[in-house]
Amino acid sequence: MTENRVLEETYDVVVVGAGHAGCEAALASARLGLETIMFTVSVDSIALMPCNPNIGGSSKGHLVREIDALGGEMGKNIDKTFIQSKMLNRSKGPAVHSLRAQADKQDYTREMRKTLENTEHLTIRQAEVSELMVKDGRLRGLKTVSGAVYRCKAAVLATGVYLRARCIFGDVASATGPNGLQAAVHLTDSLIKNGIRMYRFKTGTPARVDKRSIDFSKMEEQLGDERIVPFSFTTDPDSIQKDQVSCWLTYTNEETHRIIRENLDRSPLFSGFIEGTGPRYCPSIEDKVVKFADKDRHQVFVEPEGAYTNEMYLGGMSSSLPEDVQYAMYRTVPGLEHVKIVRNAYAIEYDCIDARQLLPTLEFKELKGLFSAGQFNGSSGYEEAAAQGLMAGINAARSAQGKEGIVLDRSQAYIGVLIDDLVTKESHEPYRMMTSRAEYRLLLRQDNADLRLTKIGYEIGLIDEERYQKLLKKEKEIAGEIRRLQNTMVGGSDEVQKFLSDHGSTLLKNGASLAELLKRPELSYDDLAAIDPEQPALSEDVREQVQINLKYEGYIRRQESQVKQFKKLEGKRISDDLDYKEIKGLRREALQKLDQLRPVNIGQASRISGVSPADISVLLVYLEQRRGK
Amino acid sequence: MEKETIAAISTAMSSSGIGIVRISGEEALEILSRIFYPAKKDLNVQELESHRVTYGHIYDGETLVDEVLVLYMKQPHSYTAEDVVEIDCHGGVFMVKKILDLVIRNGARPAEAGEFTKRAFLNGRIDLSQAEAVMELINSKNEYARKSAMRQLRGSVSEKIRKLRQGIIYEIAFIESALDDPEHISMEGYGERLLPVIEKMKKETEDLIKSADNGRILSEGIKTVILGKPNAGKSSVLNMLLGEERAIVTEVAGTTRDTLEEHLNLGGISLNLMDTAGIRSTEDVVERIGVERAMEHAKDADLILYVVDSSEPLSDEDHRILKLIEDKQAIVLLNKSDLAGQITKEEMEAAAKKPVVVFSAKEERGLPELSEAIYSLFFSGKLSFNDEIYITSARQKSALENALESLGKVEESIRGKMPEDFYSIDLMDAYEELGKVIGETVEEDLVNEIFSRFCMGK
Repeated sequence: MTENRVLEETYDVVVVGAGHAGCEAALASARLGLETIMFTVSVDSIALMPCNPNIGGSSKGHLVREIDALGGEMGKNIDKTFIQSKMLNRSKGPAVHSLRAQADKQDYTREMRKTLENTEHLTIRQAEVSELMVKDGRLRGLKTVSGAVYRCKAAVLATGVYLRARCIFGDVASATGPNGLQAAVHLTDSLIKNGIRMYRFKTGTPARVDKRSIDFSKMEEQLGDERIVPFSFTTDPDSIQKDQVSCWLTYTNEETHRIIRENLDRSPLFSGFIEGTGPRYCPSIEDKVVKFADKDRHQVFVEPEGAYTNEMYLGGMSSSLPEDVQYAMYRTVPGLEHVKIVRNAYAIEYDCIDARQLLPTLEFKELKGLFSAGQFNGSSGYEEAAAQGLMAGINAARSAQGKEGIVLDRSQAYIGVLIDDLVTKESHEPYRMMTSRAEYRLLLRQDNADLRLTKIGYEIGLIDEERYQKLLKKEKEIAGEIRRLQNTMVGGSDEVQKFLSDHGSTLLKNGASLAELLKRPELSYDDLAAIDPEQPALSEDVREQVQINLKYEGYIRRQESQVKQFKKLEGKRISDDLDYKEIKGLRREALQKLDQLRPVNIGQASRISGVSPADISVLLVYLEQRRGK
Repeated sequence: MEKETIAAISTAMSSSGIGIVRISGEEALEILSRIFYPAKKDLNVQELESHRVTYGHIYDGETLVDEVLVLYMKQPHSYTAEDVVEIDCHGGVFMVKKILDLVIRNGARPAEAGEFTKRAFLNGRIDLSQAEAVMELINSKNEYARKSAMRQLRGSVSEKIRKLRQGIIYEIAFIESALDDPEHISMEGYGERLLPVIEKMKKETEDLIKSADNGRILSEGIKTVILGKPNAGKSSVLNMLLGEERAIVTEVAGTTRDTLEEHLNLGGISLNLMDTAGIRSTEDVVERIGVERAMEHAKDADLILYVVDSSEPLSDEDHRILKLIEDKQAIVLLNKSDLAGQITKEEMEAAAKKPVVVFSAKEERGLPELSEAIYSLFFSGKLSFNDEIYITSARQKSALENALESLGKVEESIRGKMPEDFYSIDLMDAYEELGKVIGETVEEDLVNEIFSRFCMGK
């Protein structure tokens, strides 16, 4: 008998998956100098956008900005490949302004692939990973279906929706990933064998239709911004001003809803054919019709999939109804009367984990060296995936180097909120980032992500010296200009009074500083130039920071004091060998929850559902007493 | 382990009284040596004998400040289990403060409320069973807070607060969902709709604060009633308690002259003596009415000090009182132990089934034993209740005031035409502050608070 020979290689870090999480993870690890290999079931599906054709949007735009501020790739990649861009919520406060760009899907994947292929220390490999190699609670390597062995110091699982994936519409199901791509069927068994608790989630996507079959005259045109704001802080705004394509808005109506209601029994969601739980916040059209029974219409956004194609995405109309029903319901919508479907809408079911098995570093608590990110962790969305991928990649690299992990907290970044929620809160549906999840959102604005995070990115090693120096200069300019405005007094001269009355602002009785005037809602920093001959020529983003910081000073200060309270709890660490059973006075439910989740600090403990403020008090006293001994 | 040396005035401040400045920590003696000069010139301050009182003078540089008695207690045989120095000065409030300042200038840090007790706890001076009692106490915080609100605020204050919070969280939820789902939830005209709601909430919060101002929130301490038949010596016991412990005698707002309450700090535990005027008057004038009234008070009391004349056998009236206090927390003071006794401690314990302390108001004996008895009731959790009320009530008011301020800020934001997402910052603050009143907000400072709740050490 011949010896059973297999391919065997050694890397520092292995990344499983090449979606938005996998790409960020692999890039971060390789850029930090670690020999990194990234596996994908198909090299052609790197950074694929199998659902909506856009990056960003409410609160997701924040994530992209933060990824960029830390040295990630998503922001740069969309700046290279967008075909329309818009800052959402401009009429609301700066905390909820959010950037969203339509991507050319093929350009997006192509550009990302180009970046990956030209990154040092990074190897791309097409193969299905099937097995974890674990010894003494530590990951030693991974095996592929062909039996090849890849030894490593750390790995990131970013399998997206591919684990035991099943696509469904009506009563038609196929065991594939998105777009008919091959599913990964083997890894789940190995995960379960290693004690990892799995969930089964589902999500869905609407149909893609042929542009030539749409009557746009019955729809509202949605234009991009006149002045485009880039996602990446490294992108020069002037370099990306270009002609943009339009999106279109139309609405469903009673007829659409009637068709849906009459065919609900044929929906796999309602018939029980789909077992996975879907996202409440990204519901299918049939979900919306059932849930918002009183609404007589829902929005439908018709968005181009790219400049290369006639395919259009029907945002807001994801569905898993049978294809004849899809046709019927889409054709009730104004402008879609003669629509031709290119790809059906479908739902997809997949295996993911209960992310409460992870530390805030995204490392498995019980499996050292194994990290995970993205939809595999139970999130939804490209941006959520990329954010976790970046952090998991950074931490896998640091783990391989024997360094301590990096954790952003809820007061530092949406990324911190996202990961903390995932690893702390029980969730039975795909997790989507939302503005409302961030308690300190006035501080976590998309406009100041660099000021919040680029220093951290620099310390991690993903931000170069030049970019860091630029940041320091920007900080200095902002602080200097704020000080100048606070110290520059204007009196009630005729010129000033005229300026005020022209802007519908109350006249001055006594002198006031320019900073005080800027607090008035009707006056902007740029307006003040008229009575401020000393106003220096500063860049757009510096002027914006000065304005926001002064205009909302009181609110910012109050939010900062909320953060201070929060930090106190966050700063109280709980050692991982704490025996909760030893603590008298904890309620049974709290004891179980704490013992299971093993929070890293009091703050995290206080966010576990089923743990009350009184339980936290008991825990605090216990820790204090133990510390005293 | 806490390293800094801390100091505070450890006795109640009063214009006439003697004051003690207490210093605890590694540098206690060293700090003392910088300011204290013993009368005996050859005595080295750094080598003072433990548990001995030394007479001498406090100097601020060249300037004489006061003549004092100094007591040094070497660790671990002190209250905090650290080196402790007590400077017993008698120059009145001004002088006590001056000495404390001097001590602080010479290296101590001002102690926070309850910090001496906290150190005692952390240094293991209070053992685990006591610590557990403390934890159980906190664990039932919500329940206590609920009860306290019902008991002391005479009305369902907590119910009102819960309603307020519900109202606030509803508005927060509305704003948040409108931000995340603008397609289905419109914020058009929301500010104008919210304004009257906030005004109403402000009004309700103001009313709650007013009710606190009206004195309906109890003054601090364990509600204590001194009971006993005429001539058992209640008045002299009272005088001894008050006199010896240099208590502040204050009139409590909302009480009338004839139901005067007085505070005293016994072994670090705050007692609130009820109807002391009654005791004084019954001893000389209308005794019967006085006893009846004391019995009335006893029903509300958290602790009863039952004074028994040990030189006489128990009378019918004594038995009546014993019956009355059967289900109450009580300590029997076997008074007049200086006289030939008719009842022994053991007999009394058998009759009353309560802790008994042999006492002599005349010879001023029994006070330490009494503090000990109260202390152990306190730590077994039996006397925790009213103390909890005090803490919640003291904090209730300031939390309510903070909530009111935050609601005011929301109003300002609406009137200032700020974008709606700004409202939720201050709404959240109001929500959290109201939560503190009824124990539904997690607070980091809680540990510190728990220790200040002991009303000890400072």
